[in-house]
Amino acid sequence: MGQLLQFDGASMDDSKTTAPAADKTPVIELRNVSKTFGEVRSLSGIDFKVYPGEIVGLLGDNGAGKSTLVKTVMGYHRPDAGGEIFFKGKPIRDWSVNRARSLGIETVYQERALAEKQPIWRNMFMGREPRTKWGLLDVKRMKSESARLMTEHMGFTSAAVHPDNTVMTMSGGEKQGVAITRALYFDAELVILDEPTMGLSLTETKKTLDFVGNIKKAGKSAIFIDHNIFHVYPVVDRLYVLDRGKVAGVYTKSQITMEDLIDRLYRVARTGSLEEAKPA
Amino acid sequence: MKRLLKIYLDKPELAGIVLLIILIAVFQVTSRGFLLSYDNLRGVLGLLPEMGMVAMGVTILMIAGEFDISVGSVFALAPMVMAITNNMGVPFVPAVLLGLLAAAGIGATNGMITLRFGIPSFITTLGMLFIARSITVVISGGFPPLLSADIPGWIFTQYIGLIRMSMFWFAGLAVILAITLSLMNLGNWIKATGGQIDAANAMGIPTSRVKMFCFVLCSMLAGFAGIVQVLRLGSPLPSLGEGLELQAVAAAVIGGTSLFGGIGTVVGAIVGALLIRVIDNGLVLSRVDANWFKFAIGSLLILAVIGNTWLRRQSRRIKLET
Repeated sequence: MGQLLQFDGASMDDSKTTAPAADKTPVIELRNVSKTFGEVRSLSGIDFKVYPGEIVGLLGDNGAGKSTLVKTVMGYHRPDAGGEIFFKGKPIRDWSVNRARSLGIETVYQERALAEKQPIWRNMFMGREPRTKWGLLDVKRMKSESARLMTEHMGFTSAAVHPDNTVMTMSGGEKQGVAITRALYFDAELVILDEPTMGLSLTETKKTLDFVGNIKKAGKSAIFIDHNIFHVYPVVDRLYVLDRGKVAGVYTKSQITMEDLIDRLYRVARTGSLEEAKPA
Repeated sequence: MKRLLKIYLDKPELAGIVLLIILIAVFQVTSRGFLLSYDNLRGVLGLLPEMGMVAMGVTILMIAGEFDISVGSVFALAPMVMAITNNMGVPFVPAVLLGLLAAAGIGATNGMITLRFGIPSFITTLGMLFIARSITVVISGGFPPLLSADIPGWIFTQYIGLIRMSMFWFAGLAVILAITLSLMNLGNWIKATGGQIDAANAMGIPTSRVKMFCFVLCSMLAGFAGIVQVLRLGSPLPSLGEGLELQAVAAAVIGGTSLFGGIGTVVGAIVGALLIRVIDNGLVLSRVDANWFKFAIGSLLILAVIGNTWLRRQSRRIKLET
């Protein structure tokens, strides 16, 4: 299964996966973050960091707190009292979706990232359209930039796809590519990928994972959430395993093989602990 | 070649134009050359702006992913407000503005209710269809007020040769709206909001405000069109515009607007409205029983949607390469 995912791209040379330098400041850091909804405690005492140029995987069973954690990073949730969020080392108090967006935190949703019926060039600049001095859309620039981005960043060889095509004509992986390219083009510091490979075929998954590699090439960071460890493991630098609202383990990829990680995930689902139970 | 074909397939309003030309040719023959005569053209073009403006508003709102079937009632309410306030002594221009304000109020209410309670706009505006009609009849007191004779209605109704003044208002609005839709970022926002609202939200587009704008715009265009018609007729009948909402939606759809939002053009709305007018007029001139009019519109509507869906599917098969 692991061999099926032999891709090219920067993300793939995992032989020299860079352990984040300790002196670097994380792009985003959550310190002692808890989140309670009524009686239910979704997150408790989470410490979470993403360094510049790092792809961080987030694994965990349903209900482990993945989506609450990610929504906190996106600004949908504010941490309970006692938790802190730092962006590039600075504590941010008024955490909100707009604040997170203005700091360059972009989310790429699988199905909902693009307006399917519109051409690519309208999607590429959605919400941030360049304008001419007359106040009208700079259509020429929107089209030429879209074409450039598609060839340079998405690997469409010599403009195989025209920016006038509607998004509907693209495959699932290509759509992800447009969404990721768009996020990078608009200087996202941190791209959140919410199950980007869900429902995609093998080749489309490979394409998507290549695009994730582009994020790293551009020196930006990403959080990669997925159920499928076979998709997450090859592209990430570090992995957080969540269980019942807590960080059950953090691994640099060089520290752990995929097989070992799978064993531990099964164990944590059964026993709530990543380590083997000590013999009595 | 492939490119031209795709451009053609992507623009259902072009198919509408082709159909329009065919119908004009047919009716020209069956009416023994009367359809394109000066007097008849004068009549058809003189009436077009009234429905055309309503169709444009409905189209833009549909592109944003919402419906308005209260336009027929607003079409009656706005001129009623104008006539009554004018008769109460408010000068003409402020009275027109009050009429438009009433229309904008209806549109804003439609938008607020739809967005606030998350209910389908079809339902909101169906309710508003009754409410606005009722208000119109109540404030008229049952008797349509007469417009005073010194109203400068000529700014809408005066003929200059072939063209009525209302055509210039209509054309001006059409150009502004067409540019807004295709060349302004607001247009991009409207298309994105109707096309994929989650994506639009995620990209920071204020989708609620975009929809609100379209609701108000749609209502105001309907109100304005009603005022134009009343100035032509001379008195605001409370029953004005009944059934117009469905013709306006039909015009939008015949012109290639998608019922699911995200797709449509101003040109399409105008072509759709023109098609309806030509069919109406052509049937009469051809001495066909006038009751066949609705039959013709109904068939055209269904065929147009089937045709547009087919065109779009064909277009999707063609992937452009540079």
